[in-house]
Amino acid sequence: MKLYQYGDNVDTDVIIPARYLNAPDEKSLASHCMEDIDDKFASTVEPGDIIVAGSNFGCGSSREHAPISIKACGVKCVIAKSFARIFYRNAINIGFPIMECPEAVDGISAGDKVSVDFATGVIVNKTTGARFQAAPFPAFVNGIIEHGGLLNSLKARGVAK
Amino acid sequence: MGMTMTQKILARCAGLDEVKAGQLIEGRLSLVLGNDITTPVAITEFDKAGLTSVFDRDKIAIVLDHYTPCKDIKAAQLCAAARKFAKRFSITHFYDVGQVGVEHALIPEKGLAAPGEVIIGADSHTCTYGALGAFSTGVGSTDMAAGMATGLAWFKVPSAIKVTLTGSFRPNVSGKDVILHLIGLIGVDGALYRSLEFSGDGVAALDMDDRFTICNMAIEAGAKNGIFPVDEKTLAYLDGRVSRPFQAFEPDPDAVYEREVVIDLNTLEPTVSLPHLPSNTKTVSEVAGMPIQQVVIGSCTNGRIKDLREAAAILKGRKVADGVRCIVIPATQEIMLQAVAEGLVQTFIEAGAAVSTPTCGPCLGGHMGVLADDEVAVATTNRNFVGRMGPVSSKIILSNPAVAAASAVAGCVADPNKL
Repeated sequence: MKLYQYGDNVDTDVIIPARYLNAPDEKSLASHCMEDIDDKFASTVEPGDIIVAGSNFGCGSSREHAPISIKACGVKCVIAKSFARIFYRNAINIGFPIMECPEAVDGISAGDKVSVDFATGVIVNKTTGARFQAAPFPAFVNGIIEHGGLLNSLKARGVAK
Repeated sequence: MGMTMTQKILARCAGLDEVKAGQLIEGRLSLVLGNDITTPVAITEFDKAGLTSVFDRDKIAIVLDHYTPCKDIKAAQLCAAARKFAKRFSITHFYDVGQVGVEHALIPEKGLAAPGEVIIGADSHTCTYGALGAFSTGVGSTDMAAGMATGLAWFKVPSAIKVTLTGSFRPNVSGKDVILHLIGLIGVDGALYRSLEFSGDGVAALDMDDRFTICNMAIEAGAKNGIFPVDEKTLAYLDGRVSRPFQAFEPDPDAVYEREVVIDLNTLEPTVSLPHLPSNTKTVSEVAGMPIQQVVIGSCTNGRIKDLREAAAILKGRKVADGVRCIVIPATQEIMLQAVAEGLVQTFIEAGAAVSTPTCGPCLGGHMGVLADDEVAVATTNRNFVGRMGPVSSKIILSNPAVAAASAVAGCVADPNKL
């Protein structure tokens, strides 16, 4: 796994620029992911890689294309100090794991090996041995993730037909 | 414990007597909104989940405003998909080219938002309708799909920041300066997950168009929503637009706020946000003289009639400077007609500006005014992120309409009070 590290306020316009929103299929979105902040990201990212970022990750537009593009690249999860609220919702709703943990962001350096456990919220920096605890999701949100996203969970409850 | 305006509205939509900050609720929706970028993704999810019905065809609005009139084949395919879906479910409030306006100007104008209502939209600037005392917030396409199918959405009840406004504006200062100043004070995540609740005697001095502008950019402070109390100006705006019953909410006297920010409107100067964050604010006098190549006056933030009047007052009898393209985009057809009737469109064209049919176009770098390398635009839009209106080397300076018009005339960032 590789780490991709970014600072604060990574906005949805740099995650997936609006000029590519006219082709919302996953492959196309993935091929332009992070293009305006890191033009090497899409060509080097591999399944299992992790993005580590500062505060307010995913701010700006409501475009679900942003978490879709990151997920479609095979990124395992995003660990950030905080997430913009629409990105946070969108990630949960499409079943893409995100972890809010400022201490982990500060305790991970370039090249470190990192493991994550979504069930417990535990993040381990295997290079330094440091352990971090991300804020756990409420049960309601875990229900959405367990069903593989919002629509499936609503169908399982019988409220969406 | 007392509740904020937002908490009272959320309690009612969830069928609860009381809610607390941090509580997760499921609420009934008054309206579910999407545009030509987000609706097709929602339709894909809707179909993928095997859904076959919508909860209420009268409570869904689909507004084809971003890439329209369609900029290319791919955009046309997206609109075609949205059109087909709207027809399949006989969606009442479907707006296509000819009727369409920029969604957050159009929805209030058509009477689709009212006090106390709960509105989600797959567009981040859905928070605009807080100007009418509604709870409205931006969501993604999956939320839109779920909302269309069930009429429900999950919310975490937000805590709130109270923004107390006092006094009244000086010349060429407007709602945009209030919100840019506020974002400059608290930062682009200063209201993250929270409500911005506006209050104070300064509210009465704000026209509805100022309030729409202020709530529109609540998201740029990270807020879940922005909301104003309902007063005589609100009711006058709703008169003739909304005939269904609605309920206005006031905060409890003991409502809990995380903090209070006081803004004296008398002290505000025309304010701009320099690249590349809305929080990077300066007064226009601090940065006057910076050369520019383009001016955009329009968008869901500042494409309403008051905005156009303010821009026209500056451009009347003047000319757009050589080397500057000035693009004016009235946000809806109604606003366009009014601008024509008042002679504003003639003023713009005589000044050398281009006037466009309603579209979000340049605000998101879609079309109708995309920048080239290293170009700088003054825009009345809402975001100045890297690459928002063109290549990563292009730059956007956010301003109110009077500053934008003055800058178009001067060929550089200019103070409308010193033209």
